[in-house]
Amino acid sequence: MDWVNAVIQGVLVGGLYALFACGLSLMFGVMKVVNLAHGDLAVIGGYLAVGVIAVTHVPVLLSFLVVVPLMAILGYVLQRTVIQAALNRSVLTTLIVTFGLSVVIENGLLQFVNANSHSLGTGNAIITDSFQIGSQIQIAYLDLLIFAVAVVVLLGLQYFLSRAKYGRLIRAVADDREAAQLSGVDYRHVFGIAAALAFSTAALAGIAYGMYSQFAPTTGTDTILLFAFAAVVIGGLGSLWGTLVGGVVLGVAQLVGSQINSSDGLLAGYIVFLAVLVVRPQGLVARRAQS
Amino acid sequence: MTATGTTVRSDIEGFRVTRSRRNVAWTGAGAVVVIAIFAYFPYIIDTGTRDIMVQGFIVLTLASMWNLLAGYAGLVSVGQQVFVGLGAYFVLALNIHNLSMFTALPIAAVGCGIAAVPLWWLVSRLRSGYFAIATWVLAATVELVIDRFPSLGSGTGMALPNTPTGNTTLLEADTYWIGLAVTVVALATVYLLLRGRVGLRLTAIRDDEVAARSCGVRVGSTRMLVFVVAGIGCGAAGALLAISQQSVQPGPAFSVQWTAEMAFAVVIGGLGTIEGPILGTAVFLILQQTLSSYNAWYLIVLGLVAIVVVLVARRGLWGLADDYLHVRLFPVGYWLWTPSALAARGRGRFGGGRRGRRSGGRRGGRHGQLRGGRSRGSKDTG
Amino acid sequence: MTGQPASGTPQNGSALLEVSDLVVYHGQLKAIDQVSFRVFPGEVYAFIGANGAGKSTLLRTIAGLHRPSTGSIRFDGRDVTRLRPERRATAGLGMVPEGRRLFPSLTLEENLLVGASYARRGEWGIERVYELFPWMRERRNQRTEQMSGGEQQSVAIGRALVANPRVLLLDELSLGLAPVVVQRIYAMLPEILATGLTAVIVEQDVSQALRVASHIHCLLEGRTTLQGTPAQVTAAQVEAAYFGLAQTPPGAGPAEQGSAQHGPAQDGSAT
Repeated sequence: MDWVNAVIQGVLVGGLYALFACGLSLMFGVMKVVNLAHGDLAVIGGYLAVGVIAVTHVPVLLSFLVVVPLMAILGYVLQRTVIQAALNRSVLTTLIVTFGLSVVIENGLLQFVNANSHSLGTGNAIITDSFQIGSQIQIAYLDLLIFAVAVVVLLGLQYFLSRAKYGRLIRAVADDREAAQLSGVDYRHVFGIAAALAFSTAALAGIAYGMYSQFAPTTGTDTILLFAFAAVVIGGLGSLWGTLVGGVVLGVAQLVGSQINSSDGLLAGYIVFLAVLVVRPQGLVARRAQS
Repeated sequence: MTATGTTVRSDIEGFRVTRSRRNVAWTGAGAVVVIAIFAYFPYIIDTGTRDIMVQGFIVLTLASMWNLLAGYAGLVSVGQQVFVGLGAYFVLALNIHNLSMFTALPIAAVGCGIAAVPLWWLVSRLRSGYFAIATWVLAATVELVIDRFPSLGSGTGMALPNTPTGNTTLLEADTYWIGLAVTVVALATVYLLLRGRVGLRLTAIRDDEVAARSCGVRVGSTRMLVFVVAGIGCGAAGALLAISQQSVQPGPAFSVQWTAEMAFAVVIGGLGTIEGPILGTAVFLILQQTLSSYNAWYLIVLGLVAIVVVLVARRGLWGLADDYLHVRLFPVGYWLWTPSALAARGRGRFGGGRRGRRSGGRRGGRHGQLRGGRSRGSKDTG
Repeated sequence: MTGQPASGTPQNGSALLEVSDLVVYHGQLKAIDQVSFRVFPGEVYAFIGANGAGKSTLLRTIAGLHRPSTGSIRFDGRDVTRLRPERRATAGLGMVPEGRRLFPSLTLEENLLVGASYARRGEWGIERVYELFPWMRERRNQRTEQMSGGEQQSVAIGRALVANPRVLLLDELSLGLAPVVVQRIYAMLPEILATGLTAVIVEQDVSQALRVASHIHCLLEGRTTLQGTPAQVTAAQVEAAYFGLAQTPPGAGPAEQGSAQHGPAQDGSAT
């Protein structure tokens, strides 16, 4: 059987998972918020893209130009209002609020769109194609593209966090909120920026997922959220590159698992996730919180 | 320790500590009456209403368990559906081997309790958000595992093969009574658990885990006990689900929607109060029935209401009622009576009225309630 | 070595920082009990007192990290009692918190950059801080975690300075530092003050405080037990106020010094 191809594809899909995961990691690293609605945000991104394409007929690859800024704004607003209010109360409240948002979003989509699956397609014949290395190895251009996008996004985030003023402020607030306040930083605003970033990457991930596979209103919680968490936990919370490692490990586990038994891909991934949780909850790339 | 409504210790400098403000024997009697009324229902209501009530029993059982976990033990689980599914599948498995589904229920419940132990071991070291997600992954994993068993119907599920034939009305009535019994037992268990030592330990842990540990409270095993009890309760609810539908499908049985329903019911009704889940389940049923023709709407509304309630009224609707009316149907705390309050009470007037403050307030009033509730302390402005 | 500014601070000018009848609770504990004082420009106003006397709570309340239950805080003529901490910082109330509280995952320079994020205009900037602490220049890209206590304290001070505050709140500078290091840091104080800053310090080490302060304010269990200039108070009075011992009324700083709002409160009960 094609183990090598499975591993390669696993690595590449790991990029997609990393894209899912980095927003989650960001929100937890900075604000200590476990956003249970994260997967649904990605799905919203996908649906927004569907809508944008339907209205403006832009190619799929450009739909993110509209969707990402919209989601960034949504992220900032939701963070400053609902999520901050929940944070001011307790951890439990935050979990319930994000869970509530997840339920509302999913059922809202079910109600106002429909329960069917959508796919964004790739809009470009070349991308659906694949190329060969040697006689056995086959790599799809789409997979490669998504992996490349993931790496670019992670690099961009890394650069932003280490060089930009607000990136620095995000790290400072994540380190010590009070000390940041004493330096004149309104942490609520910084949280908002972090949320905007998280929502943006989620939306991007959703669009990518829509090109790679198909999504339905429940995909957010069925698939994306758990994958994102798995990638974060396996890679280590608070580490951006750790989410890439986590995504890759998850992807490889899934694809190798489905080589063993075609229906066991998902299960293999979850088992790896649980194993890491039990053995090494801080993840495989255990570093200080330096997202 | 003490019977309801009587003093816990004799007067110390004129103070008394009691379990409740009023004589709770009234509540006990009232509960019996209510249960009797509910037990009579199958004779007077139609099938549709009966189905709704059974569903209400399921949700109420689940809600009281989730409340126990999240409201008292601080364990926010988004994966309790694992026990719902397991309970349902236990019934299926036992029924395949010719055991009556009614007899299978308690066995399924116990089975879930046993299953809860290794599951707890997997997640026990995790906190809050991690814990929540881990429970969710557990549920998804168990579902995937069960999907691989063709003898249990694989991905499409299966009907219970050995259901009683004959009088369907009697069968439905039996289902109803079993449901009522499960709910009553669940509520009673939670009440007694919280009223006794376990409840005290949980309150101590919730207030200050380190301090509790240094007093000798076994934090880990107390939490595990709660998790196992919740597993049994949710398993019983799952078994009830299987009985009421006489079939089991993995998707609906392990659906995260169960968590949504039980969590929202609790949050709206009142997290951390025993009466809350009851109120919340009622609200849930009303919403579901009113909006049933609008498909996904009831969940949307339920979710929105839950978000608003948890942000605005922390202890839910019952918490509001409690704050203003000072009513406790199921008292698990203590009341401290100052001498003047006792004197007022003795005069037949209800001492202190509404001026007394609950725990956390610095205004003591003439009597205040001693509960390990989270004291608000001084919030920083940040 | 003394760092004391000239006595005879202007009294006709209004106080830069004015705290009146402040009461602050820590949960159910009254941490600050009716404390009042005024600080004028250029002064070094020092709070002394035993552990738990409420000194740090007081400073944190002034900075905005605690909310008082009653009382008022006026900064530069403005009532800031309800103002968020970051707004007070941008208004010119800078704080070097107890325990340094540097950002562990940030480098030295990044720590300073954060301090400069919302800086007011003025003489202080990162370059100016490097002039004050030349050793920082070489190590600007190092993480502060591995630095010594004294170095970290310098970075913390620098972080507060780059924002060009008008009043610098210094909370327990000497905590965990060797005496030599402490003295070196306090030796910087005159240069800092010379740029127009006013300092309010909390100091465990009474003699150190007496050396640098223009005004002394002793707290015990949240209450004021002594206020005055170092010249006005005797060692015996300080000791009595610190431990809450003697019955003889401590010498009240006469009102013309301008910094004592009331006479000192009555002594707390014997400990």
